Amino acid sequence: MKKLELKKLGLGSVLLAALRRELSLAMRQKGEVLTPLVFFVVIASLFPLGVGPESALLLRMAPGVLWVSALLAAMLSLQRMFAMDYVDGSLEQMVLSATPLGLLVAAKALSHFLLSGLPLVLMAPVLGLQFGLEGRALGLLMLTLLLGTPTLSLIGSIGAALTLGVRGAGVLLSLLILPLYIPVLIFGAGAVEADAAGLGIGGHLSLLAALLVLSAFFAPLATTTALRISLE
Amino acid sequence: MNNRVIHWFKFASPQNFYFLAGRMWPWFAALAAVLTVVGLWISFFVAPTDAQQGEGYRIIFVHVPASQMSMFIYLVMAAWAGFGLAFNTRLSGMMASALAPTGALFAFLSLVTGSLWGKPMWGAWWVWDARLTSELILLFLYLGFLALQSSIDDPRRADKACAVLALVGVVNVPIIYFSVKWWNTLHQGASVSLTKSPTMATAMLWGMLIMVVAFWMYAIAIALVRVRNIILERERHTEWVKHALE
Repeated sequence: MKKLELKKLGLGSVLLAALRRELSLAMRQKGEVLTPLVFFVVIASLFPLGVGPESALLLRMAPGVLWVSALLAAMLSLQRMFAMDYVDGSLEQMVLSATPLGLLVAAKALSHFLLSGLPLVLMAPVLGLQFGLEGRALGLLMLTLLLGTPTLSLIGSIGAALTLGVRGAGVLLSLLILPLYIPVLIFGAGAVEADAAGLGIGGHLSLLAALLVLSAFFAPLATTTALRISLE
Repeated sequence: MNNRVIHWFKFASPQNFYFLAGRMWPWFAALAAVLTVVGLWISFFVAPTDAQQGEGYRIIFVHVPASQMSMFIYLVMAAWAGFGLAFNTRLSGMMASALAPTGALFAFLSLVTGSLWGKPMWGAWWVWDARLTSELILLFLYLGFLALQSSIDDPRRADKACAVLALVGVVNVPIIYFSVKWWNTLHQGASVSLTKSPTMATAMLWGMLIMVVAFWMYAIAIALVRVRNIILERERHTEWVKHALE
């Protein structure tokens, strides 16, 4: 009997392969990827209609409104992260495989960021213009979103894993995850506001980066534990 | 084996703990009742009127213990959750889920009393300062825990999933505690301190301390009663439950 030869893959190439798989799966269901982005635009556009078109008020609200919209949009696409793999059984194979599950989870979180976080970063300036934000504030908004949205994907992966196959998973997910998003929201929107008020923003950006590092370390750990519990 | 050594792990079995809790909770309940009466008597009739805040300050005798307990119970709950994950003991998850409703209740009580205090002192029912906001987030964390618990049918899976959630959420508790330093806003800083001499009158301090202990006793008693009910519910198929209920 011929011995089955498995090519030993390095961690980097595993990560890359998992990432490529996630992205190509997403590209085959473009609607699911685009819907959260449209949602982001719609939510952000509702606020001026709700509070009135005064430009001074809108300018003050802009960072917060855009950040909250980004939070909701990122959350909307979280359920996709594991749901399909759970249904067709490939998630079970990932848990059983010799590859560290944390790495696969990290790849999923990274692809979630690439598909929902990064487009939000790129779209934020357009919406920011609608709210009357100017060059420097727009750049800062993009920078904070760039630092913050990966954290959202990472923390979100914990919630997505916990609510896998649970009744009413969508609403439950938001209840579990939104409170944990609050620090990111505070420092993300806070940085833009602090800069507008002429205060230093180094602290805000450092804290955002710290949250990112912290969640990059702990979130895959918690997510893998949660996945194993869900698949028991 | 030395017979005088207490075998603590004996009580990790739900059956043994059921009877232990049954013997313990009346004592804690009695202590809670006595201390609440004494504490309320001190806070209403003995403690002097505050020079700046008038009579309205007396709500802190409920507010401070409630918010303290709401934070502390979350830590205890997370610790039980951690035990449950590490040692795979069934009782730990039951303890965590027995504590959660009490913690949520204290968080809610703390928010309500806080806003009742805030209206005469700050002129507003609600102020978006760091402490109030973090207490609100704590309440959300409790509600998330309870919601996750109730939406998973298999109790063992529910316990484990909630354990992960509690451990993730516990990261938030230090943020609550240090929020006073991080965002220095309206809420006054802590006035009870172990290192500095207290800025309160002695009677006030005693009233507060007794109320804190009373809330502790209440939380322990109610958690024990609740865990007994959870044990009965989950072990209902066993022989000993049938005998215990006779």
